[in-house]
Amino acid sequence: MSGAAHAAHPDAPYQPVFVGEARAKLEALFPLYPTKQACLLPALWMVQEARGWIPPEGIAEIGTVLGLTPAYIRGVATFYTMYHLHPVGRYFIQVCGTSPCHLCGSDNVLRAILTATGCNELGATSPDGRFTVAEVECLGACGFATPVMVNDDFHDSVTPEQVPGILARYL
Amino acid sequence: MSDLVNVTIDGVAIAVSKGTTIIEAAKQAGILVPHYCYHPSLPSPAVCRMCLVDVEKAPKLMPACVTTVAEGNVIHVHNEKSKKARESVLEFLLINHPLDCPICDQAGECELQDYVFQEGRAETRYADYAKRYHPVEDFGPDVLYVANRCILCTRCVRFMENVADEPVLNVSERGDRAYIGIDPDHELTHPWSGNVVDLCPVGSLISKDFLHKARAWDLDKTASICPGCTQGCNTMIDTRDEVVVRLRPRPNLDVNRHFICDTGRADYRWINRGDRIEAPLARHSALGARHSALGWDAALGRLAELVGAARRVVILASGRASTESLGLVRRLVDGRTVTAAIQVPMGGEAPLAGIPNLALRAERVPNLDGARLAGYSTDWPAALAAAKTADLTIVLDADLTDAEAATLGPATVVIGTVDDDRVHGAALILPTTNMAEENGTYVNRDARVQRYFQAKAAPGMSRPAWWIAAEAGQILGGGVAPATAAAAFASLGSSIPALAGLTYAELGHTGRVVSPATAGAAR
Amino acid sequence: MGFPHPSHPKETVVLSKYFGDAEARTFAGWVKRGGYEGLKKALSMTPEAIVEEMKASGLRGRGGAGFPTGLKWSFMPKGDNKPHYLVCNADESEPGTFKDREIMRWTPHQLIEGCAIGAYAIGAERCYIYIRGEFTEPWKVMTKAVEEAYANGALGPNAFGSGKRIDMVLHRGAGAYICGEETAMMNSIEGKRGNPRIKPPFPAVAGLFGMPTTINNVETLAATCHILTRGAAWYKGLCLSNPKSTGTKLFSVCGHVMKPGNFEITMGFPMKDMIYDLAGGMRPGRRLKAVIPGGSSVPIMNAAEAEAALCDYEGIVAQGSMLGSAGFIVMDDSADIVYEVYRLAKFYAHESCAQCTQCREGTAWTTKILERILKGQGKHSDLDLLLDLSEQMTGRTICVLSDSCAAPIVSGIQKFPEEFEAYLSRSKAPALAAV
Repeated sequence: MSGAAHAAHPDAPYQPVFVGEARAKLEALFPLYPTKQACLLPALWMVQEARGWIPPEGIAEIGTVLGLTPAYIRGVATFYTMYHLHPVGRYFIQVCGTSPCHLCGSDNVLRAILTATGCNELGATSPDGRFTVAEVECLGACGFATPVMVNDDFHDSVTPEQVPGILARYL
Repeated sequence: MSDLVNVTIDGVAIAVSKGTTIIEAAKQAGILVPHYCYHPSLPSPAVCRMCLVDVEKAPKLMPACVTTVAEGNVIHVHNEKSKKARESVLEFLLINHPLDCPICDQAGECELQDYVFQEGRAETRYADYAKRYHPVEDFGPDVLYVANRCILCTRCVRFMENVADEPVLNVSERGDRAYIGIDPDHELTHPWSGNVVDLCPVGSLISKDFLHKARAWDLDKTASICPGCTQGCNTMIDTRDEVVVRLRPRPNLDVNRHFICDTGRADYRWINRGDRIEAPLARHSALGARHSALGWDAALGRLAELVGAARRVVILASGRASTESLGLVRRLVDGRTVTAAIQVPMGGEAPLAGIPNLALRAERVPNLDGARLAGYSTDWPAALAAAKTADLTIVLDADLTDAEAATLGPATVVIGTVDDDRVHGAALILPTTNMAEENGTYVNRDARVQRYFQAKAAPGMSRPAWWIAAEAGQILGGGVAPATAAAAFASLGSSIPALAGLTYAELGHTGRVVSPATAGAAR
Repeated sequence: MGFPHPSHPKETVVLSKYFGDAEARTFAGWVKRGGYEGLKKALSMTPEAIVEEMKASGLRGRGGAGFPTGLKWSFMPKGDNKPHYLVCNADESEPGTFKDREIMRWTPHQLIEGCAIGAYAIGAERCYIYIRGEFTEPWKVMTKAVEEAYANGALGPNAFGSGKRIDMVLHRGAGAYICGEETAMMNSIEGKRGNPRIKPPFPAVAGLFGMPTTINNVETLAATCHILTRGAAWYKGLCLSNPKSTGTKLFSVCGHVMKPGNFEITMGFPMKDMIYDLAGGMRPGRRLKAVIPGGSSVPIMNAAEAEAALCDYEGIVAQGSMLGSAGFIVMDDSADIVYEVYRLAKFYAHESCAQCTQCREGTAWTTKILERILKGQGKHSDLDLLLDLSEQMTGRTICVLSDSCAAPIVSGIQKFPEEFEAYLSRSKAPALAAV
């Protein structure tokens, strides 16, 4: 995992994820669990890391590798908020808005990010395709309000003033 | 008696076996614990929280569906505490419910409607907010999903996952955004998937076939047996104004638990056919081989004559004929050289993975074993060949091919339901009832004798075939004919030892297994 | 990345001693600081003796429920010939709590050592550490540390030459608060929706993959290393108030304080000192209004209750709330209780797994009512409605998520009625724009 931009463009034709090295990486997990099904969350992560989101083809591919139906996988994937079942910007920004961060002004940080990214509204992708911004629930860094995640990079104690500088690192 | 546990439920003292859940123990005490997600044929997730009951000394209300009884439990299903909890669950379930009962097929047989009527609040406290809205989704050949009515009991998901073993449904999203999702590339095409409609306690999963066909309270319900195959699933025939509009499973834990297959469920239109033989018809050579209608007295007399004169007789019978009809038609020709066979159309097997010994069977007739007991073979070609040289051929509602019909000569009696001009050469055509128009029994593949009941009026002058045969037999000196199906069944014992001594009363609504050895031989 | 504060003289640093010390992250660095002695000692003992040691120490679960750890371990069946599992709960998601994150970031080997001790004590050869998906830095640190621990023979088929197999698998969550509930966590590891399971069966009987399982919090397991190296009596002696609450404990303090952070104190330490001394007190000109002490899932304490409370399991109960996961959300007089209660209700509505009716519908409905009050459109009957719904959301469901939603609502209305009244009487301007 890294804060790097997602490798694939969301509209690019689907290339199988579980081939070669990635397949070996997934299969290396099999002996760690008594069931293949237990590798579902790791497999979803792998598809998302490769594609930037989890397209239906990715779900089908996981189904074949793990012996699960697409409907089952969808039910699981939609339970977890970090899996993107729709394309998002190259950088997905999560801003904590739960009470402790709200008390410390997370609203202002969120507003600054929405403006600076050009997203303007939650869930929308910026016109240049760079960013999608979400207000999320507790990121577990309440003492370092306001935490902001950009893909897998974790920034804490973010103030509205720091926002442009942070965003400048993600092109 | 250490395997029994003594409990008191709403003041009723009862001893139940160890390991029984409160909900089942209450059932035995004659008390219904209101519930949604619980279903005796599915694993219990205890999520609807409707069945919470007050168990004395327990720290909080307990879910009756997963809590097993303990010695000395005093349980209150209908005290204030339990009722208040249910009232609250109902209120929560209703806040986003569209309350569209006037256009909902489930109205009248809806558990949400019923329990709200019994125990719900009179008015809403959610009046000022918009309700959740999802469009109606097409889930497959015969199922629509009306998400707005869904209470997320997950019975449908569990059925497809744990019973059908084809998890194409899921719970998607979470919190109050959750809904039942379906694999976009895979509809509900599993051969047993129609059961999700019955399992749905509300009007969320509905049948396209039944859509807006009838209001539940206009339906007459009759216990029956599915005539689709040798499994003998117990069914309920729903009729509206003498027209069958729906078949649904009727619980029988030993045969089909709570399910029927989609093939059986869909196969009812033939019962409503209008092109029926309405009166006995006899062929008169003097009239240029035309048929003319007769009264039953004359018709039965003619039948007795034909049988009385015959030495070699062939019976070509439908596998849907009742044991009573097969037995008494066979008895009518006793003392002659008889070749009797039933027709057994074949199809593919479709088992229901989660229920042992439950499948749509390859032999697509309901009474194969009853016919065997009554002395019929399944060697249809041999019987057809024998018919060529017989003095008399009796066709008992068999569905003949053109070629088969063409081999039948004038020495033929047809006891049939549907008018068929290919057999107009027959000497006598007698109108009979189909299985929804008579009382009778079928014997399933496990030698279970099961009753079915008359669901609609018999058309015209049609009579059950057993009545026709017995009346003709009486004319031939065979003793007093039975007047009812029950009497006809009781009389079978004299020629079919396996049924000796059995009565309709003993068969009840779930049947009785006779002579398992016979059933073994049947396969 | 947030950097921990230098320890305050009033702290008793055991778990947090090496927070901020980058070298302690490495295997060699951890060994140099006396690390892995606890595990080596454990491997020389019988599992029963370790369980007894934990019982004698008085260690109680640090995840929220406070169940005695030794007793929990003793529930694991013996000689059943089934695989046993230890699951380490590193799904720290309780608003206000951020202690496990720091344990993993700074002292990953402390956690690995604790997990290995726990696994050996309960007869498990494998331990799954479930780390929440958002904890990307702890994940990387832990991944590296586990590799190092294998490379140095602390883990693997022959842990420290003991002949005992101890394997450790990191499992990444993907954004679901409820997976911090132990049975939901087991479902999540199994590749399912993180739905809490009905108990019984309890995890020690049929847990992860249907096998006997123990689930412990990060901090609980980390503490076991020190109990084994320094002895149960030493740990039990760390107690300033109630003898049922022993040892040191990390408290996360956040919100309106000058110096938010984690503070490790001996059980029974005054909350007043925690807030005003360790956490630097209120901002200039501000006064303490309220504290939600257990993470967000417990009743709100007013200033008087908070200032009178002692920081241990019993001390906080005595002042009308619960210790929970010991994340203090501190609010000064600028805070809007109604808004914060609404924000928490929204959190629970977002996180409800959708299984139980009261939780699925109740968390969302209470959020809507609170939202309406904040828009200046509330009715006086809304408070009774909130209390009534909260009552029906308490003690009715499979897990306690809906109870957790109700706790701040009920205590907020009871302890700060004037704040609700201000919105209801329209004497305060709406905090949310009406649509």
